[in-house]
Amino acid sequence: MTAIPTATASRRPRRIAGTPGQIALALAIAAFLLMFLVLPVATVIYVAFTEKGTSTFTLVNFYDFVRTELFMRSLWNSFYVSAMSVVWASVFALPLAYLTTRFVFRGAAIVQTLGFLPLIMPPFVGAVAMQLFFGRNGSVNLLLDDWFGFKIDFMEGLNGVIFVQSVHYFPFILINLSAALRNVDRAMEEAAQNLGSSGFRLFRRIVFPLAMPGYLAGASLVFVKVFDDLATPLLLNVKDMLAPQAYLRVTSIGIADPMGYVISVVLIVASVLAMWLSARALKGRDYATTQRGGGGLAKRVMTPMEAVFGYGIVILILGLVLAPHLGLLLLSFATIWSFSPLPDAYTVAHYGRVFGESSVYIKNTLIYATIAGGIDVVLGVAIAYLVLRTRLVGREWLDWMATAALAIPGVVLGIGYLRTFYGITLPDGTPLAALWITIVLALAIRRLPYALRACYAALQQISVSLEEAAENLGATKARTVRRIVVPLMAGGILAGFVTSFSTAAVELSATLMLVQSNSDAPLAYGLYVFMQSAAGRGPGAALGVVAVILVAACTFLSHLIIERSQKAKGMGH
Amino acid sequence: MNRRTALAATLGLSLSASFTAIALAQAPAGKVTVVTSFSKDVTDPIKKAFEKAVPGVTLEVQNRNTNAGVKYVEETKANNQVDLFWASAPDAFEVLKGKKLLTAYKPKATGIPEKIGSYPINDPQGFYFGFAASGYGIMWNDRYAKANKLPEPKEWQDLAKPVFYDHVAIAAPSRSGTTHLTIETILQGEGWDKGWRTIKEMAGNFRAISERSFGVPEQVNSGQVGVGIVIDFFAFSAQASGFPVKFVYPSVTTVVPANVGIVANPPNKAAAEAFIEFLLSPTGQEVLLEPGIRRLPVNPTVYAKAGADYPNPFTDPRFQKMIGFDVDKSEGRSAVVDTLFDQLISFQLDGLKGVNKVLHEVDAALAKKPNDKAKALAEEARVLVAAMPVSEAQAASAELRGAFTGGKQKGARQAEVEAQWASFARDHYAKAKAKAEEALQAAK
Repeated sequence: MTAIPTATASRRPRRIAGTPGQIALALAIAAFLLMFLVLPVATVIYVAFTEKGTSTFTLVNFYDFVRTELFMRSLWNSFYVSAMSVVWASVFALPLAYLTTRFVFRGAAIVQTLGFLPLIMPPFVGAVAMQLFFGRNGSVNLLLDDWFGFKIDFMEGLNGVIFVQSVHYFPFILINLSAALRNVDRAMEEAAQNLGSSGFRLFRRIVFPLAMPGYLAGASLVFVKVFDDLATPLLLNVKDMLAPQAYLRVTSIGIADPMGYVISVVLIVASVLAMWLSARALKGRDYATTQRGGGGLAKRVMTPMEAVFGYGIVILILGLVLAPHLGLLLLSFATIWSFSPLPDAYTVAHYGRVFGESSVYIKNTLIYATIAGGIDVVLGVAIAYLVLRTRLVGREWLDWMATAALAIPGVVLGIGYLRTFYGITLPDGTPLAALWITIVLALAIRRLPYALRACYAALQQISVSLEEAAENLGATKARTVRRIVVPLMAGGILAGFVTSFSTAAVELSATLMLVQSNSDAPLAYGLYVFMQSAAGRGPGAALGVVAVILVAACTFLSHLIIERSQKAKGMGH
Repeated sequence: MNRRTALAATLGLSLSASFTAIALAQAPAGKVTVVTSFSKDVTDPIKKAFEKAVPGVTLEVQNRNTNAGVKYVEETKANNQVDLFWASAPDAFEVLKGKKLLTAYKPKATGIPEKIGSYPINDPQGFYFGFAASGYGIMWNDRYAKANKLPEPKEWQDLAKPVFYDHVAIAAPSRSGTTHLTIETILQGEGWDKGWRTIKEMAGNFRAISERSFGVPEQVNSGQVGVGIVIDFFAFSAQASGFPVKFVYPSVTTVVPANVGIVANPPNKAAAEAFIEFLLSPTGQEVLLEPGIRRLPVNPTVYAKAGADYPNPFTDPRFQKMIGFDVDKSEGRSAVVDTLFDQLISFQLDGLKGVNKVLHEVDAALAKKPNDKAKALAEEARVLVAAMPVSEAQAASAELRGAFTGGKQKGARQAEVEAQWASFARDHYAKAKAKAEEALQAAK
């Protein structure tokens, strides 16, 4: 595993050899991924390749998959829904990202934070709140029916899934695109302006293309996430999509059924393929800019007309994407809310119950999500660095492996962990899988692709010549990474951390399999437990609100830090 | 992580303490872990009462849905840390028992009869015990019903009427143990062919097929769907919370026990037994009457403390008339019944509803102007819809069972069987729709 000869390397002026340090790093990451991702998943996935009831190797299960009309329809539906969700998510994200980074926009940090909130839609309560607002007999439709005598099927069938998914996941594009736009060099823009380009042409030809890595990082995440997501289709009772089919079969009992695992394999392959395609799209182009002095777009002051228009659009989009959270907030204060536009009456009792009983969930969530996010950005930076800056053999495999984690159903990972680690006991007799750290590892693995994409995009925008300059001046590789690369990637790293942290905070499926005791349980588990009964709906919603506020506060803080650091560098106005 | 270390230390201490205690006096102490599908509103009051009644023991609740719970116990059997399994569906306990994952025990509690309705309360071999009973029925949202002018349903057949089109919800029996029992109850009560006909005629009116048992009462509570096919306490506890919902037991229904059993090789057997004794004691039984729980106790004397309108399966004549439920029959064909429901109904719901909508229109037209030809065509369509790809005997055959469990002898694979059933359903619903449209033409 040393260097590749110069024949291919000569195409690009990049580093040629891997240092021993890089090789050691690559091996360590590979070992980690093998241990906590590949091995547990493989113990489960091998079922897909065996004959039912026996353990003979076979491919007949894949033949069955292709021949089954339901599965093929599901495959097509999943592609369609994912692609349409990317389109709508872009429609929501582009204006928000552009307006807040391109112009002097009062409250940009607040808009960025609010625009991020949809991603933290706590499981179950989120869906219940959305139904109460947009459902067939939700507030909007009851009022529409009352006033105008018609209803809109927001939440019906595939279109309902597209609606919910694009609202839910558009922050992936928003956050990655914003980070990328902040990194676009003002000098490029000024050069274009000097050459007579302005307005939309400037955006289309210069600004957007330069921010492309960020956009594609976000868009491919949306695609893969929607492709793999099962909570939304299941809660909307849409079953003919791939992820719900896999889930339904994997978790059915009494049926040692290989088809669920076959579908999981298809999911994983499709996700890796999507990521590969987005990487392909960027290949052979250079997005890096050397001159970091004036980094960040020049912030323009809007004319009054532009301001009215800009704020109007922002408020419109935020109103739409935050409606579910408003519904959740109402639900948390509602006594009974049933077949009426608004709740019957309001109470704060639910919050009393949540704070009385659930502080342990909140504390655990903070601990788990922070550690998981930390692991993710460390791995993310390391993998991105190895892939983009070294020529180690097989470095891209690290990327594919980490990315594949996105498509692994949480249940599959949970069962895999139990199978792999439950037999291993600690000296006092407790199984390894029973320790809370296992939950953290599962969360970190599941969220790694988010952080990885963000770090990857950030590194793509930094020119390698900056590092070469540092090294020419005598800095070691490690020092260069520490003093040059990581600080320049700060925005992307933070974006990665926030995405990992906040989505880990509401992750349910893997958690549910691994939680061993109430005292170790995170918030999502608490929500699940509350939402199983009629009386628990209010407290569940209250706990959901707490989760959202918690994560929002962390996000807001991180945006403040970004703004500060930009101001400190003398970039702001 | 000091808290963790402290926790581990206490745990270790209390565990070793409990072992000593068992060795000395069999007095329960320490931690007892239960895997349960019951919600926090059920487990919290019981945990509180139990810890008060048996000082020195803490109840550790792990909440998982029934299927995940069974999977969990199975995956962790090599180093089992769970003492008890506690859930509604008797068939989950049958699965655990079949896999030798339960320990037999003989409860000392007195005053509990052999049967509730016609269902034995305890497992005959003593691997699990009924502690509460639940019946199956129909719940509906009163506000929704008024707004949509729905009549009050009384029987399963009522839900097949045109007025209920698109207003009914159910959980998939393959996902919900209790719904599986509901379907099986209808099949046993009305017979295989007539039962499936009833189920499909109802299904033609389904709005949604939920994947979680609680998804159905949630949708009815919030008013997204008008009517739900549920287990009784979902409705009773929703009523107690203030939701505008009502509930009825149809005449073809059954009442079955919710159960608890000791997991094989439990870490704290004495405490596990103490928990079962507590659940079956009068104190434990009375907790079931709390508003958040509202299950039917299995000790008849406890009903004296319940309100006047609390259903009492031991005295209420409705429950005495309920059909005898054959557990073995249900167990033998459960995978087949679930898969038939999925392939003929869940995944073909659009086709099924399409036929049903036209048939409702034919009925409306015939009510205005009788027409024998249209009537005959409509009946032909109904027969096509009701047709089943397998007979009752085939459903229980070793051959079909082998396809679902993976037998040694080479038969059809599950995926092949499913594809056959799916195309059977698709073809029949398409033909039925053509007939129904012909009938509509004739009737107009």
